[in-house]
Amino acid sequence: MNNWTEITPLDEIPQLGSRVIKTDTMEIAVFRTAADEVFAVKNACPHKAGPLSEGIVHGNSVTCPLHNWNIDLASGEALGPDEGCTNTFPAKVDGGIVYIDLKNSSRAC
Amino acid sequence: MKERLVLVGNGMAGVRTLEELLKYDPEHYDITVFGAEPHPNYNRIMLSPVLAGEKTIDDIILNSRDWYAENGITLHTGDAVVAIDRAARKVKTESGMEVGYDRLLLATGSNPFIIPVPGADKDGVLGFRDIADVDKMLEAAKQYKKAVVIGGGLLGLEAANGLMKNGMDVTIVHLMDILMERQLDHPAAEMLKASLETRGMKFLMQASTAEIVGGDRVSGVKFADGSEVEADLVVMAVGIKPNIELARQAGIHCERGIVVSDTMQTFDPRVYAVGECVQHRGICYGLVAPLFEQGKVAANHLAQIGIARYEGSVTSTKLKVTGIDLFSAGEFNEQEDDETLVLQDPAQGVYKKLVIRDNRIKGAVMYGDTMDGTWYFQLLREGTDISDFRSTILFGQHDVGDAGHGDTARVLSLSDDAEICGCNGVCKGEIVNAIQTKGLFTLDDVKAHTKAASSCGSCAGLVEALLANTVGEGYDAAPSKKAICACTEHSHDDIIKAIKDHELKDMRTVFDFLAWKTPDGCATCRPALNYYLLANWPADYQDDMQSRFINERAHGNIQKDGTYSVVPRMFGGLCTPSDLRAIADVVEKYDVPEMKVTGGQRIDLFGIKKNDLPAVWKDLSDAGFVSGHAYGKAMRTVKTCAGKTWCRFGTQNSTALGVKLEELTWGSWMPHKFKLAVSGCPRNCAEATIKDFGVVCVDSGYELHVGGNGGIKVRVTDLLCKVDSEEEVLEYCGAFTQMYREEAHYLERTAPWVERVSLSYIKSRILDDEAERKALYERFKFGQKFSQIDPWKQRAEGAEAHEFMPLEVVSQ
Repeated sequence: MNNWTEITPLDEIPQLGSRVIKTDTMEIAVFRTAADEVFAVKNACPHKAGPLSEGIVHGNSVTCPLHNWNIDLASGEALGPDEGCTNTFPAKVDGGIVYIDLKNSSRAC
Repeated sequence: MKERLVLVGNGMAGVRTLEELLKYDPEHYDITVFGAEPHPNYNRIMLSPVLAGEKTIDDIILNSRDWYAENGITLHTGDAVVAIDRAARKVKTESGMEVGYDRLLLATGSNPFIIPVPGADKDGVLGFRDIADVDKMLEAAKQYKKAVVIGGGLLGLEAANGLMKNGMDVTIVHLMDILMERQLDHPAAEMLKASLETRGMKFLMQASTAEIVGGDRVSGVKFADGSEVEADLVVMAVGIKPNIELARQAGIHCERGIVVSDTMQTFDPRVYAVGECVQHRGICYGLVAPLFEQGKVAANHLAQIGIARYEGSVTSTKLKVTGIDLFSAGEFNEQEDDETLVLQDPAQGVYKKLVIRDNRIKGAVMYGDTMDGTWYFQLLREGTDISDFRSTILFGQHDVGDAGHGDTARVLSLSDDAEICGCNGVCKGEIVNAIQTKGLFTLDDVKAHTKAASSCGSCAGLVEALLANTVGEGYDAAPSKKAICACTEHSHDDIIKAIKDHELKDMRTVFDFLAWKTPDGCATCRPALNYYLLANWPADYQDDMQSRFINERAHGNIQKDGTYSVVPRMFGGLCTPSDLRAIADVVEKYDVPEMKVTGGQRIDLFGIKKNDLPAVWKDLSDAGFVSGHAYGKAMRTVKTCAGKTWCRFGTQNSTALGVKLEELTWGSWMPHKFKLAVSGCPRNCAEATIKDFGVVCVDSGYELHVGGNGGIKVRVTDLLCKVDSEEEVLEYCGAFTQMYREEAHYLERTAPWVERVSLSYIKSRILDDEAERKALYERFKFGQKFSQIDPWKQRAEGAEAHEFMPLEVVSQ
């Protein structure tokens, strides 16, 4: 059972870019790909907690700005040969609005 | 349904091709591999260390059986393919298995050449080709004493060394009068022979084998002159011949090898071939580096990308005999009209020879000190004009402005816990271990797996030395044409040329035109493309913020805690009380935790939160400051000394000239950071001779210096020329800068660029060709019209606001 929270109109996030939302406990980066898919990922690289929101987005992954780890946006996992993962949250676009389920972190890393 | 790919030959070339193919398209084929040997893919070039007892079989396995399983590849070992039915498109094996294919890849390798003399089929006569041969040799060494190795080439010497290490008494029989005649010239070969003789190896030179004598088992070797030598074991290492039997039977066109085109296709377009079994443009290769280049090309076509071409390889060789340093590459025997540079120090056991044609290295032989082998090889492959450093080239790269760089020879004697990469804390043992256990062959592989040399890159030379030493000839030195990243086959130069020649003016067009493999590039290629487009089409190209590294997107330097630093520009390092007061006000107003005077004569404010940046910039902008671009691949600062207004030694007004230069160049995006300095006299207080562009004022005018660097690798500038007036200083500066902007690779500082393209080339464009110089200068000024718009002021006024403000969450 999803618990969708309205976040923002999609237009507020640049293509191949991201915006940050702050919850009580953490920052979450909301990414928009070239194909207008959205992903919500805890804004901390599994390596040294670098802000993923500031990375370069390509395909369905982001490159951390601090040490160039590549993180898969859908799973939160580091792409080979690096190993590690960060939390992700269900996200969707409906009627041009981005929704995130902040209660259901898809996995605990 | 997936297409079916069958690989015949489970060796290094074939499996490497599969690895490349899986990178391109892991889902395209159902893959089946047949290998005649009972082992998974192992590193054949490491058989010599196995024979010498320095490694075990397990150490040299490259792909475990798990690897095949994980990638969904069906592996049949110990079952050789005996026939190909091209009409029915299937292969048949020794055990009678039949498997169909849509594409067939032949990588059948080569067989040792066994001299057809009487007795060559006796027990105890071996080739040196696979694990089975090594096992037989090790077995023989336990029972017998006397070994004869026929062939004084690379393989023969390695076999002889290994047998000697196993306690055998070894004689090398060689047909020619010098050892390794395909790699060495006379002096180097003599030094090698002397060194091996002191280790106890015996040589029979110019000896032609006539017969292998003995009963069932060999007991000796007889020569054409009637003489004879005792032997319990004979290893034939006189060469290899491509294994083309299978292909020939199937009616595929073969000469010495299986003939392939530049796309690695045989005459049957469904059948590809790579490795030692092929003949490409008349050449059969027996070393491993070319095989890998072929594998890349074959994989590209198998994945139906279809743009790569194999155009042949230049190879280099190292002998894997511990304690003997030997390197050879290219055309090492000079022809008429060639020049040679020779350094000979017999007492130290050092010999180096370079063969030079038209001021370019054509070949190299080195013995005793091979530290600079990879450097010479790179100069050879890139065809670099060496005239600027010809007088010191034999002393090595160290003498050509490479202070600050580690000594690559030293690295081999370091202990395993010695730190190689100071940025990421990677030790020698970790790197060597990764190279061996993960089967790494290139600097990029090592970077990806260990992180060594992946930050500042200053230890890349040391890592390359470790690679070369660990994998020997398998080391794939920087290929002559290197792709910018995994998204494309194209090099920086290809891309720059395409953007210019075909007037490609936006990124999507570049991706399409050059057939990018990824939908929107990666963090390596996008910033490079964004720069090239911006530099070439300043009026047309719309700068893409999402393709810029965060520092350039946020116009500040990201710090490790996610805050930013802000450096306002101070032209020529000059400032006024009201400037300083405005900066002080900002520091207090925004609780800036730390401020510091930088080496570039300005003030850095640390610890500013991202969402405060636009307000900080507004205050600075109101006080007349513009961005210092301290965060960008851009023109940074112009450092100046006091100059003749105040200094009793000053010859010119260096401060005012510095301000003029900074007014000319600020805001300009560059391939990498770019620093200038102006010193008022030869005492050079502004350190102009370690800057990208430095001016040293003298009484009679201005010396212009280029290509200096005070960073990772300290490099002193080269003197470009001397000019008479400030106007000329500006013109030459603009022209040099624009040439660098248009021709250097992204992320290449002026220092390596100048060394790569040569100072003479830069002089030919800027000094000898006045029209070209003026045109470059005009293009620079044209581009500046678009880049001298202060990014801070724009953002203070609301541009790119989404970059700086977090989203408000309505409810949770």
